[in-house]
Amino acid sequence: MPAEVRIPTILRPYTGGDKIVTGEGADLGRLIADLDSRYPGIAERLVDEQGLRRFVNVYLNDEDVRFLGGLDTVVADGDSVTILPAVAGG
Amino acid sequence: MLTIRGELIDAMAAHARADHPDEACGVIAGPDGSGRPERFIPMVNAARSPTFYEFDSADLLRLYREMDDRDEEPVVIYHSHTATEAYPSRTDISYASEPGAHYVLVSTRECGSGDGPVEVRSFRIIDGVVTEEPIEIVA
Repeated sequence: MPAEVRIPTILRPYTGGDKIVTGEGADLGRLIADLDSRYPGIAERLVDEQGLRRFVNVYLNDEDVRFLGGLDTVVADGDSVTILPAVAGG
Repeated sequence: MLTIRGELIDAMAAHARADHPDEACGVIAGPDGSGRPERFIPMVNAARSPTFYEFDSADLLRLYREMDDRDEEPVVIYHSHTATEAYPSRTDISYASEPGAHYVLVSTRECGSGDGPVEVRSFRIIDGVVTEEPIEIVA
């Protein structure tokens, strides 16, 4: 059940420069684990013990997963996942 | 070095003055790979704070989709400091996530929302390392 995953510039060193990769998993947490099995280290940049990192935004189709189910958000075949680091600072 | 049209510097300064004492933020997009800032895109500071800024998450997705469709990249990411100098804070450094962008800081600490002097400086922030760069203003 592959989903398309759009990778931001800062994480492309993990994907060999690829901007779009595919990931599999029934939910976002499993999809990230699947990505990490092929792009080791990428999960660490996205999640910590609390769940999704505060300054990483992940969207399922057009919706921020924080308003869906976070890492438990169900991912279906053909869904599109977009990862964007927050633009933020002090 | 950041090469930028004077009117874009004026636009960032005007946005910073207008939002003072809260921090203002935005992007100047340019054609992919060109390094030329061209399209001024002021953003809403979802934090509405004098000490923090953050693009709203839905706005952020829309912005990146739009740049993608237009073959653009964020050439400049700007924000203001309203009580301190135009130099990246520790928070700015830890959240900086566009290694290809020029991070422009605008300080309104002297002018507030008025006509006084505004400080504008440009930096690269890569892997936690800040490097100031000259700004070349062109017509």
